Amino acid sequence: MRGLTRGYVIRRIGMFFLTIWLGATIIYIIPRLMPGDPVSAMISRMMAQAGRIENTEQIIAAWREKFGLDDPPLTQYLRYMGNLLTFDLDYSLSSFPARVNELIARSIPWTLGLLTMATIISFVAGNAIGALMGWRNTPKTLKAILPFSLTFTSVPFFMLGMLLIYIFAYGLRWFSPGGSAARGIPQGLTWDYIMTVIHHGMLPAFAIVLASMGGWALGMRGMMITSAGEDYLILAQAKGLRLGRIFWRYSVRNAILPQVTALALSMGSIVAGSILVEYLFSYPGTGYLLYLGIVNSDFTLIQGVVFVLIVATSFAVLLIDLLYPLIDPRITYQKR
Amino acid sequence: MTVTQNRAVESETSAAREKVLEVKNLRIHYETPRGDVIAVNGINFHVYKGETLGLVGESGCGKSTATAGILRLVQPPGRIVDGEVLLNGVDLLKLNESELRQKRWRDASLIPQGAMNSLNPVMKVKEQIGDGITTHEPGMSRQAVKERILELLTLVGLPSRVYDLYPHELSGGMKQRVCIAMGIALNPSMIIADEPTSALDVVVQRVVAQTLLDVKKKLGVSMILIGHDMGLQAQLVDRIAVMYAGNIVEIAPVRSLFEEPMHPYTQLLIASIPSIKERKPLKITEGLTHDLRNPPPGCIFQFRCPQVMEHCRKITPPLRELKPEHYVACHLYE
Ligand SMILES: Nc1ncnc2c1ncn2[C@@H]1O[C@H](COP(=O)(O)OP(=O)(O)OP(=O)(O)O)[C@@H](O)[C@H]1O
Ligand code: SF4
Ligand SMILES: [Mg+2]
Repeated sequence: MRGLTRGYVIRRIGMFFLTIWLGATIIYIIPRLMPGDPVSAMISRMMAQAGRIENTEQIIAAWREKFGLDDPPLTQYLRYMGNLLTFDLDYSLSSFPARVNELIARSIPWTLGLLTMATIISFVAGNAIGALMGWRNTPKTLKAILPFSLTFTSVPFFMLGMLLIYIFAYGLRWFSPGGSAARGIPQGLTWDYIMTVIHHGMLPAFAIVLASMGGWALGMRGMMITSAGEDYLILAQAKGLRLGRIFWRYSVRNAILPQVTALALSMGSIVAGSILVEYLFSYPGTGYLLYLGIVNSDFTLIQGVVFVLIVATSFAVLLIDLLYPLIDPRITYQKR
Repeated sequence: MTVTQNRAVESETSAAREKVLEVKNLRIHYETPRGDVIAVNGINFHVYKGETLGLVGESGCGKSTATAGILRLVQPPGRIVDGEVLLNGVDLLKLNESELRQKRWRDASLIPQGAMNSLNPVMKVKEQIGDGITTHEPGMSRQAVKERILELLTLVGLPSRVYDLYPHELSGGMKQRVCIAMGIALNPSMIIADEPTSALDVVVQRVVAQTLLDVKKKLGVSMILIGHDMGLQAQLVDRIAVMYAGNIVEIAPVRSLFEEPMHPYTQLLIASIPSIKERKPLKITEGLTHDLRNPPPGCIFQFRCPQVMEHCRKITPPLRELKPEHYVACHLYE
């Protein structure tokens, strides 16, 4: 591929694994620096729920043994790393005996579906609006209307979300106020099920797009304005090119470059879900899962979600690094 | 000076030669919060078929703005306030957008100041020369366009591998040549070259200037060549127009201008050409150009003119033809 050398790709992939290893080590160490251990935490939680538990001492000892908490630290660390390699993420403390990877596996498709769609729509719409706002030849009337589409960016998200739920779910009853699918429709690749999933995703997706579009638009507008006086744009005009070509190939094509980097980064963080969105709309994604982990002080769960986040972000950054020479010919990793 | 007076004078002396471009009373302002900057103050000049007109003057005197005005490329906050730009008899300032678009490049092209940034960094050379051609020649086959581009590259002395390169893979001189190749792609009747060599080192400057001249000779095209290096201009152009603070103060054939500069500003410019044979003190008169937002009444050069007279401060001297083809705007010759 243009601009890439094998040496660079190998080094870059090495960096990717190094980042993940470092991240994994950090999330291994931090909880262990805190007082208490997971087993007593679990027992005390069960006591809180059940009132009283017999033989706590024995249970603790048995579980410590089962989880290998009495092994030397290095053995524990190596086992943890070994488990990570197979994406085995321990038991969830709050929903024992469920395992964290099961919980994540269950919620990640929801988050990926919702946020990927919403982010892409928001990116495209935001950049289109920003590009038109920052372009000199945009018709005056359009230029006057465009800024209104960004009004919602300045409204705090939780208010925007509640407002949308209030209007569209309780008021107009067009959408349901939460959940990911209607109850009573069996899960599966049926028309009904797909439709209910899309229908449930629309309101939260709309909220995300409405709230995040403005950021893209403002960034793009800024880039368009900065590049407006560029000599190559003046020359493009002098050549008598059609406005559409100048807009796309000369103006937008250059202005969008930094936006693409930002998109890659936000794509990486998508797997962590959007806590606020998923909480407000009771959407069963990883964001909601992380929320549950936090309120239940379920640190194996938090650890698991954070680990997935680390992997995804590193992967997105790796991908953009490898693909960037394709969109910006000036970036090259070849030695000259 | 009125337009009619000026035109009458011109037609007496130079009716025989065909004018490709005629600029009449062109006036361009930049709007600023503290008043309009009068960057081009109603200038008149013409370019004959096949000739090269040099446009000189110190930095900021309005050379780029004036020529941008010809192609209607003045960037906001600048705007063309008044005037006519007749290219082959058609007033470009009266055309609508799509008519103008067809005239651009086909009839008049631009070799921009600062070729360093004039190429789109994300498009290959072939696409950038190519889109200028295909926009105006939609019927041309891919193969024909490719051959034309390669031919142009050879013409400006570039190797054919440049065809497939991106701008950042070229040196400054090569970029400048690409811009020249682009500018001549459609055989326009008029090329505006805005200091095409200013960003280059001296040796490359000469080579690129020579390339430009060779190309121009081959095509027989008319050209406006902007520059502030009087020495270089003397070798490259047929006639020179001297600009000061938005006004043309003298226009004359090169020989005539160098042998007998008439306007005090021109005399100053010529006197300050460095020479190896004799070391002379730099002749720079006191004071800078006045604020372009607020030109003084009378002659615009009065603050720096060594020969300033009383009525120079009241009456604006018109541009008059004092000898055949030699126009000067100065009260000294009345
Ligand atoms: N955007 C602008 N806003 C206000 N004034 C401007 C603007 N652009 C140019 N000017 C003014 O217009 C005048 C003419 O500028 P122009 O670029 O045409 O000069 P020039 O003769 O080409 O100079 P140079 O030799 O440095 O290229 C200058 O005095 C400048 O200050
Ligand atoms: S008109 Fe007067 S001030 Fe202006 S250049 Fe001539 S002599 Fe100098
Ligand atoms: Mg200039």
